[in-house]
Amino acid sequence: MREATMIIMAAVLGNNFVLVKFLGICPFLGVSKKLDSAMGMSIAVVFVMVMSTAATWPIQNLLLEPNGIGYMQTIVFILVIAALVQLVEIAMKKFVPALHRGLGVYLPLITTNCAVLGVCVLNIDEGYGFAQSLLNSFGAGVGFLIAMFLFAGVRGRIESNDYPESFKGIASTLIAASILSLSFMGFAGMIDGIFGM
Amino acid sequence: MSAFITPVVLVVGIGLISGIILTLAAKFMAVPVDETASIIRDALPGANCGACGYAGCDDYAAALAGDPEGVSPTLCIPGGATVAQAIGDILGVDAEADAPIVAAVMCDGRSHLTRQDMDYQGYKTCASVKQFFGGPNSCKHACIGFGDCVDACQYDAIHICDGIALVDRDNCTGCTMCSKACPQNIIDMIPATNRVFVACSSKDPARQTRDVCEVGCIACRLCEKACKFDAIHVNDNVAKIDPEKCTNCGMCVKACPRDIITLIPKQKKAQTA
Repeated sequence: MREATMIIMAAVLGNNFVLVKFLGICPFLGVSKKLDSAMGMSIAVVFVMVMSTAATWPIQNLLLEPNGIGYMQTIVFILVIAALVQLVEIAMKKFVPALHRGLGVYLPLITTNCAVLGVCVLNIDEGYGFAQSLLNSFGAGVGFLIAMFLFAGVRGRIESNDYPESFKGIASTLIAASILSLSFMGFAGMIDGIFGM
Repeated sequence: MSAFITPVVLVVGIGLISGIILTLAAKFMAVPVDETASIIRDALPGANCGACGYAGCDDYAAALAGDPEGVSPTLCIPGGATVAQAIGDILGVDAEADAPIVAAVMCDGRSHLTRQDMDYQGYKTCASVKQFFGGPNSCKHACIGFGDCVDACQYDAIHICDGIALVDRDNCTGCTMCSKACPQNIIDMIPATNRVFVACSSKDPARQTRDVCEVGCIACRLCEKACKFDAIHVNDNVAKIDPEKCTNCGMCVKACPRDIITLIPKQKKAQTA
C-alpha cells in the first residue's frame, strides 16, 4: 500500500509528466485555453495512458524481451497504442455513446502523444511490475490532469486582463508555463522525504 | 540472419493482427449513421453561426433528420430560401421560407454628433465598457463603437465607421449574431425589403436626448403625422417603424426635424460581369 501511494504521489507531483519531465507539451499548450476542453483532454489522457500500459507491458515482457528485440520497443509501442486507441474508440462509439461524445475528438488526438508513449517506455525502464506500471500510468495521467487544470485557470486569468501587446498569445502562455513548471520543481525530493527513503 | 528476421516478423505480425482486429471491430461494431442528416448537412452553408437556434449546422441537420415534421426547414437564415427549398426537397416537406432579414444599427451617434463623458482606457470591448457606468458615451443608449458586433460577424458585413457600427447590406445574411453580441441591444433585425428605419434607440426624454446628441429622436411625432400608412409610432420617447406597414415612401424621412430617420438608397441590381 505504502509503495502504491508512493508511486502515484511521485508520478503526480515529483515527476509530473508535463511540468517536470516536459512530455505532452503540445496538448498542454494547445488545449488549455478553456477549462472544459482541458478537462476532456486530461480525462482522455488518463484513460489512454492506463489502457496503453495494460497493452504494452505484456508485449514488452512476454514478446519482445524473450526474443531479444527489446530495442524495437518504440516502433512496436506506437503501433500497438495507435491500434488500441482506434479500437477503443470504435467500441466506445457502439457501447457507450455518451462517453464517446464526452471524450470526442481528444481520443484520436492523443493516440501517439509523447506523454502516452513516454509513460509506457518509462514503466519498462524503471523495471516496474504490471500492477506498479498501471499505478504509475494512472498517477502520470492524474498529474497531467492537475497540470492542465491549473494552467487552464492561469490562462483564463491572463486572457481577461489587459497586458502589453507584445506578450499576447504564445509569449504570455510560455512564460506562465515556465513559472508553473518552476513551482512544480519544488516538489523534487519531497516524495522521498515524506516516505523516508 | 535471425537478428534481422525476428523483429521484422514480429512487427509485421503485430501490425497484421491489429489491422485484422480493427477491421473486424469496424465491421461488427459499426454504428449506423443517419444518411439523411449528412445529406442535409451538405445542403447547409456550414458557417455554424447558430442563427437557427441549434449548436451548429451538424446539430440542425441531425435535428431535421430526426424529426422532419417537428423541426422547421426554414430556420437557416444565412441560407435563406434556397437552402430551405433544398432541405424541403430532401425531406419531402413544404418549405415556405421566411422573408430575408438584415441587421440595422439603431443609432446614428457619429463622433461629431455626440459627446463622451469620460476618457475610457480599459479593456476595449463593448461588453466590458458597458459594465463601467454604462460606457463613456453621454447617451447611455448609444453605440459604444468598440466593435463586439464586428468580431461576432462571420460575413464581414458590419464595421465601425466614425464611432458607430454600420451594416453592409450586401454582405449581411441576417444571421443575428451581431444583434446578440451587442450589449446595448441596438441592433435590430428588419426585413431586407425595408429601407427606412429610425436610427435611434434613446428612451430618454427629449430634453436629455437633445442635450447629449444632435440627431437623437426627440419624440416630436412629426413623423407620425407625415406617415400615410400608420406605420410609424412613438413609444417610450423613440419613434419606431412597423416594417409590415412601411412602404419605403420616405415621407417620415422628410418630416423629421432631426434627420434621424434613415433611408437606405435603392440598391442597384447586381450586374452580370
